[in-house]
Amino acid sequence: MVVRLKDLTTKDTPMTRGHRMCPGCGAPTAVKQGLMAVDKPLVITCATGCLEVSTTIYPFNAWNVPFLHSAFENAGANVSGIEAAYVALKKRGKIKEDIKFVAFGGDGGTYDIGLQALSGAAERGHDFTYICYNNQGYMNTGAQRSSATPHGASSTTAPAGKKIPGKIQRPKDLTDIMAAHHIPYVAQTTLHNPQDVIEKVKKAIETPGPSFVNILVPCVLFWRIDPAMQKEICRLAADTRIWPIYEVENGKWKLSYKPRKFVPVEEYIKPQGRFRHLFKGDQWKPVIEKLQEEVEEKWNYVLERCNETWEPKE
Amino acid sequence: MKSDDRGKGVIHMPRKDITSGNWAVAEAMRQVNPDVVAAYPITPSTDIPMKFSEFVADGLVDTNLVTVESEHSAISACLAASISGARVMTASSANGVALMHEIFPIAASYRAPIVFALVNRSLGAPINIHCDHSDSMAERDSSWIQLYCEDAQEVYDSMIMGVRLAEHKDVLLPVFVCQDGFITSHCFEPVEFLDDEQVKDFIGEREPINSLLDIKNPVAYGSLALTDYYFEIKRQQIEAMKQVRRVYDEVSREFASITGRQYPVIETYKTDDADHIMVIMSSATGAAKETVDALREKGHKVGCLRIRMFRPFPATEIADALKKARNIAVCDRAAGYGAPAPLFTEIKSALYDAGIHIPANSYVYGLGGRDFFPHNAEEAFMDLIENRVSTEEKYLGLRE
Repeated sequence: MVVRLKDLTTKDTPMTRGHRMCPGCGAPTAVKQGLMAVDKPLVITCATGCLEVSTTIYPFNAWNVPFLHSAFENAGANVSGIEAAYVALKKRGKIKEDIKFVAFGGDGGTYDIGLQALSGAAERGHDFTYICYNNQGYMNTGAQRSSATPHGASSTTAPAGKKIPGKIQRPKDLTDIMAAHHIPYVAQTTLHNPQDVIEKVKKAIETPGPSFVNILVPCVLFWRIDPAMQKEICRLAADTRIWPIYEVENGKWKLSYKPRKFVPVEEYIKPQGRFRHLFKGDQWKPVIEKLQEEVEEKWNYVLERCNETWEPKE
Repeated sequence: MKSDDRGKGVIHMPRKDITSGNWAVAEAMRQVNPDVVAAYPITPSTDIPMKFSEFVADGLVDTNLVTVESEHSAISACLAASISGARVMTASSANGVALMHEIFPIAASYRAPIVFALVNRSLGAPINIHCDHSDSMAERDSSWIQLYCEDAQEVYDSMIMGVRLAEHKDVLLPVFVCQDGFITSHCFEPVEFLDDEQVKDFIGEREPINSLLDIKNPVAYGSLALTDYYFEIKRQQIEAMKQVRRVYDEVSREFASITGRQYPVIETYKTDDADHIMVIMSSATGAAKETVDALREKGHKVGCLRIRMFRPFPATEIADALKKARNIAVCDRAAGYGAPAPLFTEIKSALYDAGIHIPANSYVYGLGGRDFFPHNAEEAFMDLIENRVSTEEKYLGLRE
């Protein structure tokens, strides 16, 4: 599937301008890039979170397609209900169009409180796509830790202190969990390359049955980065391999991006204020070393599943 | 009963059959043939999705049955399906109802006309599977219509009437059809069923407005409305609840014209000349009525008032039914914990508004499924007759 970016630049997206997300936030970029190439009519549902509150402040609304939000933990159940109604009403001839259904949730609404509803929806096999805009924390409520927050990051409920270096646990591997549901399509990406986001989301939506896309998106406010760094920080996430870019199609794992050279994890974490404490003196050097070990472990796990090898140039 | 024209099978069911409250619900659901049922099993309402699943498996309905992974997802899927234009029904009890709580006010606010069989069961702890009204009473401010049924016939009829009531354009609110767990849900008793065609004609087709699936006219449900708009939106919801009484009367009159079965919002039993009236709900009414008969034979002028509609609360009719009584006994199957029990609170409020000041005893009975016998009702009536009335809450059938 080849998507020509040039052809898409003049297209309207389901999410319009005028929303109130922060400048530099990765979530609207993920939504707009992701839905850019989708041709079928869409109905969107969204878990409570930044994306939902900032796009639907009554009486304004940044969506020009049908939109439902009802609570934090139930985007998977909401999309199940919408799709169930669609199937029933279509069978009875009350709906003619072919419609596709997309649920959005942040990592709080997806990795944590909404995992059960998402797992249930995937297991039942509804035809929907769930997109996690993963900014690795409860950013809507002020940067509390989530199970997606990386090891070593400072958050407001796992702050870096004199004795504790921020979050001491590794993030949960949700993409792998979703792949273990044996659904037709699972993918992981970030905003390093628009083509990759566009193609993966398009494929996810066009694939019949459940699909899941985990998109790492920066939160400029709580990652404490320059708003202009959105794409650069995502490229570093891909190049340092802390966020492997891959897809699992009908059980077959495929690596989507192989960095040409070895880039140490420091290069990704150093520009981010949430990791700044790790670089003050030598106290937390072992955390950075451990982070690198975890990167290699995860990368090798993905390589093995994708039946790939990796020989960096330097 | 005629054969089902949609399914591959043929049902041979007499118009009158012995059935349980739960199976009566399932049978009503078969006849309504909703677009979507999303349900999760919990005692004592489990029979409803179980029986309905058999109808689905045998092709007797073409409902899209969503066997969700929790009650929270059940009500979330019901909500989403309902605003997508589907006719939606479900069932639950106790902890399931409590887990759904977050979504109930949202469903009402989105004006989702879900018809919900609520099989009353006590909320823990201690964990207990038997009947009391603590689960539905905890939802009394969730903006759902609440109907409490005395027997399986009423449950069946209310599930069918509930569709019309909930979906009426002036109402568009979800409705709980409550029945007593095990006592009504599992006891077998005669129920008269309508023909499939009668049900179909009575409920008609749902005509959704502002459907989420109307892609040519996109709508947004679930916007963030802050200090500038929230209050006005809630005020509209209060107004919708005010329309329920008028629509209910229309729907129940039409239902009575087909079935001959009348369902006023309150049921009075020998109250016209009664000096002493017991106010009660649901299945315990049977014991209360039997006691009324027994005490009347002994020359006591006693009566019974059953509250069928609890939300919206029919305060005017209640005050009118009680105004001539010398004193009353209000029986609650739920406790108030630090405040008067819920029905007692409402009754007192209704009397206050009507300028009626009669002595009233508050009785809590039947928590956790403790049986309510005629002798328990008699104890309360004798308090009234012998003028033992005080503001202290009393308990029937309790070991103290």
